[in-house]
Amino acid sequence: MPRSPGSALAVPDGFALAGLAMAAVAVAPILALAAIAAGGSGDLWSHLFTTVVPSATVETTLLALGVAAFVIVVGTATAWLVAAHDFPGRGLLEVALLLPLAFPAYVLAYSWLDLLHPIGPIQSAIRALLGYTRPADFRLPDPRSLPGAVLVFGLALYPYVYVAVRTVFLSQMTRLTEAARMLGADGRGVFVRVALPLARPAIAAGAALAIMETLNDVGAAEFLSINTLTAAVYSTWVNRSDLAGAAQIALVMLAFVLSLLMIEKLARGNRGYAVIGRSMRPMAPRRIGGAKGVGLFLLGLLPAFLGFVVPAAHLARQAWERLAFAGVPWEIVVEVGNTLTVAGLATVVAIVAATIVVAGRRLHPGSSVHAGAARVATLGYAVPGTVLAIGLLAIFGGLDGLIRSAAGGLGLGPTGLVFSASLGAIVAAYVVRFFRLASSKIETGLERISPSLDQSARTLGRTPFGVMREIHLPLLTPTMAGAALLVFVDCMKELPATLLLRPLNFETLATHLYGEAARGTYENGALAALLIVAFGLLPIILLTGLGRRAPVRAQPIGETA
Amino acid sequence: MSRLRPFLAALLTSAAVATAASAEEVNVYTTREPGLFAPLAAAFTAQTGIKVNTVFVKDGLAERVAAEGAASPADVLMTVDVGNLVDLVDKGVTKPMKSAAVEAAVPANLRAADGAWTALSLRARLVWADKAVGLEAISYEDLADPKWKGRICIRSGQHPYNTALVAAMIAHVGEAKAEAWLTGVKANLAKKPGGGDRDVARDILGGLCTIGVGNSYYVGLMRSGAGGPEQKKWGDGVDVVLPSFTGGGTHVNATGAALAKHAPNEAAAKKLIEYLVSPTGQKVYAEQNFEYPVNAAAAITPTVAALGALKPDAVPLAEIAKNRKAASLLVDKVRFDQ
Repeated sequence: MPRSPGSALAVPDGFALAGLAMAAVAVAPILALAAIAAGGSGDLWSHLFTTVVPSATVETTLLALGVAAFVIVVGTATAWLVAAHDFPGRGLLEVALLLPLAFPAYVLAYSWLDLLHPIGPIQSAIRALLGYTRPADFRLPDPRSLPGAVLVFGLALYPYVYVAVRTVFLSQMTRLTEAARMLGADGRGVFVRVALPLARPAIAAGAALAIMETLNDVGAAEFLSINTLTAAVYSTWVNRSDLAGAAQIALVMLAFVLSLLMIEKLARGNRGYAVIGRSMRPMAPRRIGGAKGVGLFLLGLLPAFLGFVVPAAHLARQAWERLAFAGVPWEIVVEVGNTLTVAGLATVVAIVAATIVVAGRRLHPGSSVHAGAARVATLGYAVPGTVLAIGLLAIFGGLDGLIRSAAGGLGLGPTGLVFSASLGAIVAAYVVRFFRLASSKIETGLERISPSLDQSARTLGRTPFGVMREIHLPLLTPTMAGAALLVFVDCMKELPATLLLRPLNFETLATHLYGEAARGTYENGALAALLIVAFGLLPIILLTGLGRRAPVRAQPIGETA
Repeated sequence: MSRLRPFLAALLTSAAVATAASAEEVNVYTTREPGLFAPLAAAFTAQTGIKVNTVFVKDGLAERVAAEGAASPADVLMTVDVGNLVDLVDKGVTKPMKSAAVEAAVPANLRAADGAWTALSLRARLVWADKAVGLEAISYEDLADPKWKGRICIRSGQHPYNTALVAAMIAHVGEAKAEAWLTGVKANLAKKPGGGDRDVARDILGGLCTIGVGNSYYVGLMRSGAGGPEQKKWGDGVDVVLPSFTGGGTHVNATGAALAKHAPNEAAAKKLIEYLVSPTGQKVYAEQNFEYPVNAAAAITPTVAALGALKPDAVPLAEIAKNRKAASLLVDKVRFDQ
């Protein structure tokens, strides 16, 4: 039944219901937190402001700015390198640049600290070369510092920008680039005047993800001696048993992150980024051969080398030593199964939900219900995993309590837990947490599809759902698959919510790894870490292939609906 | 409603069956790392036939049990830090357990008088030193002595191990003097606090600092070779001293357990806790985890015994737990981690 655009406000359609449901799931734990926060006094703030807030704010801001600068420069430059140039080894480089995604930031931090420690292999070798015998005589600067943290987080997170920007460069640039070149622009001119402005939404989206990941991190920051505001949340909660106070700090941080996102959105304004008409051909790259080509390859390889090859080799060596020393821990087979199951389930749910919600907003321009729901649904990414998990605990516990009362009312015996400590709880946490990862990628993909296609289809009598099915989905398939892979890899790496919400006897690779890391025996977790990386590799390699595939053309409009 | 009832009944019964099936089981929620608890659980199952189900949780144990409420499957709650343990009791998610076996095995200062919690194992907060220093004895107060300026390594002041040490100092000298002491220690740090205890040993070997603070079982773990040859080198590469408070003993912290308020398998839970403090269980703590037993009938493992005779500080664990919040505020106040 065709409906006029905007009628969603009168009768909530399926898109609105789906959007509202997702928004409700995402906002529920945050509301639960707000309730917890409201239960506390405001006492801690004067203490915080006179003690940790000033330095933590400075450190947090510098870290966030440093990481943002690193991921934007490295992510965009490498994306431009592989998209606009052709040189020996380019295909390999395209994959290699994605690989650091497979690393949880804290594993990367741990590996590099191990390698760079004064008694680690690198400095020992340098001392041997230079003829020093004692570390006290010659030492490199300690990587446990702000610059060290920027490098570690930057290396772990630049792929978010690389993935998003490369997609734009590969699929959207052809016509504009050719036009610019015809008008006499050189390579740099095309980059600065065409590519960069066009890629801005993708750059902003990728950098925002990286900043939020950095702010939410606890493990890597502790290794690197960095005290962000998140550390204040923990000391307030864990050492002072002030959950309400901790929730207050977490909410203030959330407000801060959300205002940053809002500012970026406002700065971007209402400019459209869609390219009208699509080309089946990818942009023609500039061929660069000889020594210059090899040089470009090596330069481009550097982030992948530092962010993946070196730490992965280190982990592999440690895993091998442990295997030789302690044998194969066979329970790891079950852990692999658990990890893939929960990550797989959550990925499917997150992608389906994100596609419906994002397309719903797009198909109902001017509807505040759809737009609001889509925005609220992404909140989970801006909240640290543990904080989110605490909110979810309260929600699931409350639901289970309702079931118990219902059972009591019906005269039934005592019931166990239905929602709490279930696989569903973990999946829900992943979906809330990583919805933004999926929706931001799908949104960027949708922005590239000209709204005129939607309008034509609507004029021809398609329902919003019909437009999504016949136009968006076929054009979005590669984007959705790419988003799915990103979400999957992040679910595999997720730790705090998994740790807190899982049932008895349920271990994943991440919880196994953390069980060792928490008592300082990181090397015992090397095998689990290596497996997380290994299972992340396959999706990542697939991700590259997807970006290259020529865009799928929409079915001709006007055939049977 | 009438049509819904059978469906609801079926759903709820299946949930009820799922919990009722755990007759000879005990469910443990623990902040103790799996690698350290698994050997004990396995030994207990071998002896009693009772299956141990575990979930390792770091922060949020109390919140989880509280949220699960009356339906929580948790029987035994275990923590690595006595402050966290007392916190569980304060939050009302435990209940006292009367046990003559526990009372006989564990000295009174290492458990709650009403049976609300008991310590299971002890560790001492030690000073590690560069061999070149030739350190033989030191007090915790000495850590603030300006002669150590720029020479001390320690993990984050907000880590429970250090908050407990500061809390014990508050118990000894009061908050004002403890603040002056902590300010002095901060001024002596070679680098910003961070990392873990084992990193302290590495940093000493790496020439970043000359002395540091770390727990006793790390020394056992490293020196015994259980962690591999590289760590043995780290452990053997530093001197280890048992410090004491001036006029007191060495600061100890405890891992411990409490009975969950809604424990569905209370009898099995009691058996497990009693097993853990029995000489057999304590032997595992001592030999596999390199901790000090709470039961005097169990022996200290040789690697740890070689560090010297431990004279635990007399301040009761309960008082340390009580001062935890003040200690944490103090750590912020002197900007220890900044």
